Amino acid sequence: MASSKHVTFPNKFLPYLLLAPQLAITAVFFYWPASQAIQQSVLREDPFGLSTQFVGLANFKHVLNDANYLNSLQVTVIFSIATALIAMAFALLLAVMADKVIRGKGVYRTLLIWPYAVAPAIAGMLWLFLFNPSMGTLAYLLRSTGYNWDPLLNSDQAMVLVVAAASWKQISYNFLFFVAGLQSIPKSLIEAAAIDGAGETKRFWTIIFPLLAPTTFFLLVVNTVYAFFDTFGIIHAVTRGGPGKATETLVYKVYNDGFVNLILGDSAAQSVILMVIVIAMTAVQFRYVERKVHYG
Amino acid sequence: MIQNNPIGRIIAHIILIVGILIVAFPIYYTFVASTQTLQDIIRPPLSLLPGGHFWENYSSALFGGISKIGGVGVDRLLLNTLVMALGIAIGKIIISILSAYAIVFFRFPGRMFFFWFIFITLMLPVEVRILPTYKIMVDLGLIDTYTGLILPLMASATATLLFRQFFMTIPGELVEAARVDGAGPLRFFKDIVLPLSKTNIAALFVILFIYGWTQYLWPLLMTNRNDMATIVIGLRKMIDFTDATTQWHLVMVTCILAILPPILVVVLMQRWFVRGLVETEK
Amino acid sequence: MASLELTDVRKVYGSAVEAVKGVNISINDGALCVLVGPSGCGKSTLLRMIAGLESITDGTVKIDSTVVNNLGPAERDIAMVFQNYALYPHMKVYDNMAYGLRNRGMPKDEIDKRVRDAAQILELTQLLERRPKELSGGQRQRVAMGRAIVRSPKVFLFDEPLSNLDAKLRGQMRVEIKNLQRQLGVTSVYVTHDQLEAMTLADILVVMNGGVVEQIGAPLDIYEKPASTFVASFIGAPPMNLVPVTADGSGLILKDGTHIGAQGLAVPTSGAVIGFRPEDLEVSAGTDTHIGGLELDLKVLGVEPVGAESYVYGIIGGERVVVRVAGRSTSQTEDHLRVIIPKEKLHLFNEAGKRI
Repeated sequence: MASSKHVTFPNKFLPYLLLAPQLAITAVFFYWPASQAIQQSVLREDPFGLSTQFVGLANFKHVLNDANYLNSLQVTVIFSIATALIAMAFALLLAVMADKVIRGKGVYRTLLIWPYAVAPAIAGMLWLFLFNPSMGTLAYLLRSTGYNWDPLLNSDQAMVLVVAAASWKQISYNFLFFVAGLQSIPKSLIEAAAIDGAGETKRFWTIIFPLLAPTTFFLLVVNTVYAFFDTFGIIHAVTRGGPGKATETLVYKVYNDGFVNLILGDSAAQSVILMVIVIAMTAVQFRYVERKVHYG
Repeated sequence: MIQNNPIGRIIAHIILIVGILIVAFPIYYTFVASTQTLQDIIRPPLSLLPGGHFWENYSSALFGGISKIGGVGVDRLLLNTLVMALGIAIGKIIISILSAYAIVFFRFPGRMFFFWFIFITLMLPVEVRILPTYKIMVDLGLIDTYTGLILPLMASATATLLFRQFFMTIPGELVEAARVDGAGPLRFFKDIVLPLSKTNIAALFVILFIYGWTQYLWPLLMTNRNDMATIVIGLRKMIDFTDATTQWHLVMVTCILAILPPILVVVLMQRWFVRGLVETEK
Repeated sequence: MASLELTDVRKVYGSAVEAVKGVNISINDGALCVLVGPSGCGKSTLLRMIAGLESITDGTVKIDSTVVNNLGPAERDIAMVFQNYALYPHMKVYDNMAYGLRNRGMPKDEIDKRVRDAAQILELTQLLERRPKELSGGQRQRVAMGRAIVRSPKVFLFDEPLSNLDAKLRGQMRVEIKNLQRQLGVTSVYVTHDQLEAMTLADILVVMNGGVVEQIGAPLDIYEKPASTFVASFIGAPPMNLVPVTADGSGLILKDGTHIGAQGLAVPTSGAVIGFRPEDLEVSAGTDTHIGGLELDLKVLGVEPVGAESYVYGIIGGERVVVRVAGRSTSQTEDHLRVIIPKEKLHLFNEAGKRI
């Protein structure tokens, strides 16, 4: 009979006072710049910065017809998919193994969560230390087998290197979520499958993997968002988008056009496109969260 | 429990150990390099065992003054990073616990509007609005200041949502009992809500500390002066493969120093970290 | 110590939902008043209005002839025991009890004395340093009571305090609460949906339904003279049997068309409901002459022996009834019994369910 709504304090001014700091920071550093980005995206400044004029969607048209932008979009998609898949597959394998062992679980976990604490830019540098052709030991070993390894000149090798660094950094995160996901699968289901005669491999693919689907889907979205936005440091520290534009992701291009090349209108239009992409991803993620809430 | 066969378990251990070797190798390698001489480092392959120059390299990086990045010592960079990480973590926790408290424990006009106003910030990471935010920082004169490094990154909804979720699990009867006991909203916050939120605060602190420590794009834009740079930015500036004078052994030391504090936080506060991570996202 | 008086108290949620529709109750100093009724009858809302946790839409609440409508819960000098106890999980038992006193700025040694006295009474002395999660359900219940006692308030409010305990503990705590309340002599209002709890605890029993008071009185008075069919069926277990009848010139007609003699009952032609308690039926051997009362045929559907007595379930005139028989019953399913209800044990209600 207790009323379903949450019990509250009767107070008129206090809640506004409590909200004020967050609202102020959100307004100044979030809504203001976001609206400026939108405004900027429909304006064009003359080369001398003397006048600006309204150009409608011209910046967007320009950006979307720009071969460099489309290249960068393609780079981002390839980079994100590769990073997400590798980081998740590797983490899932380790999580399944960790779920199996009886002793040493805690030790394994402790040893696997380090990379989470490493900044993406530093993750990139660590891999660069290993694989740069002038002094990297692993690069040296590769080259000594006769393979022509030079990620600073070869675009595919550059991509491989940044994907490796990006997915390495994300393994810890995925591992922890897969472990939690595995633990939440009722043991009785697995026992029932065993009684039904399913072997270990079969149990994994027919019972465990489908039941992990919510976790997997969630991680897919998170990893994609990560690869899109949080990997700027890796690209900037390792390849600077090169060689050529082989590793120039969308966020890197926004930065490059805005701060290095100073093409403000285009950069703003790119920002707005990115906002749309994030909102779409968040919406997808949200549908997932909602479903989870409903079906428990 | 299904009886695992021992062979399966041994295989599992082997795969885990190989996995850990792969995951730990880049860090280990850098550590090894940080104990070698410059000459050893630039002539691969590098030994896989730590060299004998640990003290020498670390003391010269920290106190020797050789590894000056544009005239700034590693200690200053570490201090900047620490201030930034702590500022973001503590600031974010304070503003979001207050706003979540307002949203959950009061009913007032505009409540849902404010909730969404904050909530939408979830969707837009700083990366997508860098240029306009940068301009605002210039206009406000916040370039090369701690305020400029910290304040904008405090605007995010994740922490508010976490606290909101937790507050909603506090039984309404507890609020009523406190009211009967003569506690107003502020006293209830101080005496009941804060102590009950301890573990959530600890968990969030770990996550946000790491978040602050590992920032890259924002400090890159916000700092022109070297003495305001963070350790990650400073490290990036030290690395130059085309420059024959790069002090690689000291770069390696700096790299280890840059990743050690957050790793220690994660490992030592593992319990809260894991909890915070898995719960923030759910 | 105080009297409590509710006058025309109403509660309207939003603009339409009327949860409490004008309640008048007057409770003397030191009395224990129990509000009983099914879920949603408004009893908890009423209690929370007395506490100051809900605003009062209309009417007045007076404690000791002071109108408290506009006072906050802390200013009314009441103490409340919640259904889920609402103990502060991070505080020790001692601090849970002391919290309200500290907030009132009471001197430390006075707080200490009161907490220790209350702990003594409730046998909590050994548990003062524990946290709520280290206590059993019954112990938590005592702490919740202790938190109320230390305050020595004018009024105690209990919101279904025993509903989270198992049956055995509930019976035990019921007795303790009753004794404690007597001993302390604090005016109390106690909300429950359990009629047994209500009967055994109450000095004054208030039966509520749909936001209105159906009946106020001493528990046994209510049991013996229920004011409505609702009260009749809510108080007492198994509940009173209710059989609808209509009347014509020659006698009474049951639902299935059976005619019986009116036996002087004044049944209006529009119809009525006859009520009788399960223990008030007499099973007749068949031939003996009866003292005067209704004589009815009961078809047995089943028998439930519960030890000291048995419940015989059956049908009278198309209506399901239950009969309480001492010891064991020899009746079998499908048996037909002749039962007699003595006239003085009959309750008669009009078509609207009100007592005639």
